[in-house]
Amino acid sequence: MRIIKNISRRSFVKTIGIASGGLILGCNTNLFSDKEDKNKNLTNFNPNLFVQLNSDGSLILIASRSEMGNGVRTSLTSVIADEMEADWNRVTVQQAVGDAKYGDQNTDGSRSIRYLYETMRQMGATAKAMLITAAAKKWQVPESECSAENHFIIHSSGKKIGYGDLVEIAKTLEVPKDVKLKSPEDFKYIGKSLRSVDVADYVQGKATFGLDKRLPNMKFVAIARCPVTFGSVKSFDKTEALKIAGVQDVIEIPRIERPFGALGGVAVVASNTWAAFKGKEALKIEWNYGDNSDYDSEKYMNEITANVHKQGKVAKDVGNINKAFKNAHKIIESTFQLPHLSHAPMEVPNAVAWVQGDSCEVWAPTQAPQTTRKEVVNYLKTEEEKVTINVTFLGGGFGRKSKPDYIVEAVMLSKALNAPVQVVWTREDDIKHDYYHTVSAQYLKASLDKNGKVTGWLHRFAMPSIASTFSPGVDYAAGFEIASASNVPFEIENMKIEVGKAPAKVRIGWLRSVINIPHGFSENVFADELAIAANKDPLEFRLDLIGKDRIEETKDPIKYNTARLKNVLKIAAKNAEWGKKLPEGHAYGLAVHYSFYTYVASIVEVSVINNKLKVHNIYTAIDCGTFVNRNTIKAQLEGAAVFGMSLAFYGKITAKNGAIEQNNYHDYKMVRINDTPNVHVEIVESSERPTGVGEPGVPVIAPAIVNAIYQITGKRYYNLPLSDYGLV
Amino acid sequence: MIKLTINNKKYNIDVEPDMPLLWAIRDIIGLTGTKYGCGEGLCGSCKVLLDNSPVQSCVIPVSAAIGKEILTIEGNSKNLQLLQKSWMELNVPQCGFCQPGQLIAATALLDKNENPTDKDIEEEMIGNICRCGTYQRIKNAIHRTVELKNQQS
Repeated sequence: MRIIKNISRRSFVKTIGIASGGLILGCNTNLFSDKEDKNKNLTNFNPNLFVQLNSDGSLILIASRSEMGNGVRTSLTSVIADEMEADWNRVTVQQAVGDAKYGDQNTDGSRSIRYLYETMRQMGATAKAMLITAAAKKWQVPESECSAENHFIIHSSGKKIGYGDLVEIAKTLEVPKDVKLKSPEDFKYIGKSLRSVDVADYVQGKATFGLDKRLPNMKFVAIARCPVTFGSVKSFDKTEALKIAGVQDVIEIPRIERPFGALGGVAVVASNTWAAFKGKEALKIEWNYGDNSDYDSEKYMNEITANVHKQGKVAKDVGNINKAFKNAHKIIESTFQLPHLSHAPMEVPNAVAWVQGDSCEVWAPTQAPQTTRKEVVNYLKTEEEKVTINVTFLGGGFGRKSKPDYIVEAVMLSKALNAPVQVVWTREDDIKHDYYHTVSAQYLKASLDKNGKVTGWLHRFAMPSIASTFSPGVDYAAGFEIASASNVPFEIENMKIEVGKAPAKVRIGWLRSVINIPHGFSENVFADELAIAANKDPLEFRLDLIGKDRIEETKDPIKYNTARLKNVLKIAAKNAEWGKKLPEGHAYGLAVHYSFYTYVASIVEVSVINNKLKVHNIYTAIDCGTFVNRNTIKAQLEGAAVFGMSLAFYGKITAKNGAIEQNNYHDYKMVRINDTPNVHVEIVESSERPTGVGEPGVPVIAPAIVNAIYQITGKRYYNLPLSDYGLV
Repeated sequence: MIKLTINNKKYNIDVEPDMPLLWAIRDIIGLTGTKYGCGEGLCGSCKVLLDNSPVQSCVIPVSAAIGKEILTIEGNSKNLQLLQKSWMELNVPQCGFCQPGQLIAATALLDKNENPTDKDIEEEMIGNICRCGTYQRIKNAIHRTVELKNQQS
């Protein structure tokens, strides 16, 4: 059985310095402690933190980012292998522990390849250069006569030597400062389709997720948390819980008032998960519900909707919106309301922790191992070197597992019980105590002139901010939440963006594609509405609205290019054969959105028959610059389509008296196999910098569906989910 | 003592008879390929075959499995192995967590239907949620398995 094997923090790796967020090469040290190194009789060549070549030719490559279906363990390492001219069949991937020496390990924001592509190339190219030097030295020939190919160094005379046979010499060499990278046309793995390195383990049930981690004498823990966010325990009676076979103890844990601190509650300690769950149900607890007990989703939606029907804080003001509206031939205005969403990854939050003295080792499905380490260090008041965060496979993450509150709980309990523990959330715990995707109200107003050209665009929105999780009391959107509205890629002379007040009543977090869900929805649905008002074809209208080819100056390091945006829309339309006659009751809808520096368009074919919606086909085109693994990108976009459909069809979390009303997959539903369309993906070939993949496929799906429904029924849905209208 | 037969191996375990089969398999016997997803029979992550019929082991008491053959993802069955092969060929899994349950459900389908249509697949697999959205590949991989079987025979 293969578990993700971690490099021990105890195996000291000599680095010659770490710049913030960057990686600097180390040299010639063993990555692995003796205990963990299966190949301890072999000598190793470690040109840097990510590469270990063993003298038998086997190659160990390190994945520093978390694997949650995003394919990073395959994509990042394949970049190293490509530059190194390594034989992919000789590669074993090992998972890095949480340690700043690896640079940024936060696996979110669709940035693993964006951040690490060049670095991984350097890692591989350095190893290759040193192996060439080693061979040249061995043969006493100039390096220029040597080249690397498929795990061999080859001399111009035709003689060759395997990588493993060069370890002894290579390990004595200085690490070169400047190495030459391959020319893209010589790539062997980059830009091709590689199967996941973990697929065999996945299909045999051998991959160890956090939930599968076991330690000798490990205790299983379930925790009852206050139904209202940040409420606390007034009193509890554990009598009935302790009667349950397998229940060993019941203890209260306090809230840790930090963004990723534990919520606190009453913990049931047991010899197995089932006993812990049953014990939790048997607890009798009185709660202090606290300030958030007035949270009522219906009332709250009315409040934030009122806040977008009046002037808000101005975030952007270009031209003269009042004049545009005054001189308008036609005015269109619409209000959008979207509910909270829960991540609901298939693997619930869980963690194993073992605190021994002032040291602690954690095994957890986490997207943020370094953040986790900081939280554990803070709680234990210990030193970083004494805390090891092992990253297991993640059974889905979607942003939930960026927040290590559940790991802090495990650490608290291990310390309290002086034993290894596994904290397991029930599905109900997960749905009821998430860091929710925000709830939002948006108001859009636009003016058209006589020719149907858009002359003014006003976008007001109110939604509790992610910033409120970090700075309690923040009640307006933060800058990063405004950008996707203020950077709307439309060529409109007069534009105004305003933000309305929206205090947070639950923990607000980031969920796959984040703010682009509400903004991508309102922008795409409203633009479609304007096309109808202008009496134009939605595709032509949209291309005109995006306007002339130009690079938009944003505050981000990567500028966005409207030509690339229009290009993905044109490709999706071509693949869908936009304009062709569809079967009776079917129609196309389109959406196009730029997020995580990536351009995505989807054309969705739906039917509505007897008021029942079905999505038949989705044609998606993506331009993510240079790309690494075609297979993974296709998978991510197929998955994003289903993720986007789930939120469009069913996604709705509501609160009443401060408590979340949904419980499990029966009332927080997911799209299933019978709802699934055929997703057709085209990836634009590009030599631009690599950009995001995991998230940008999501925001286009819901608006494209709503736009398609309009074509059939003439009814426009401004609020989600569509299950509220009986359509699904 | 409760006697179970899992993947042709016999186990004697000391648990309450109302413990769901899932937790007996995962926490007592230690086979962790079968997953907890919802605890209410809603998601299919915990599916195993009980005398060749798919059940959601999170809602079946362990006592209901006494005297029956249990097949989990770690076990051997001709259709399961062929499906695993196709699953790998088409790179079905993303995060992989729900896939043991998906594969068990697909095994049950092929055990009773040699050549399922898309509709047959949907009807059998509707109980299995995949939050990553691998459904399209699951469908293709089941069809691919049938193709492989036909080539073999």
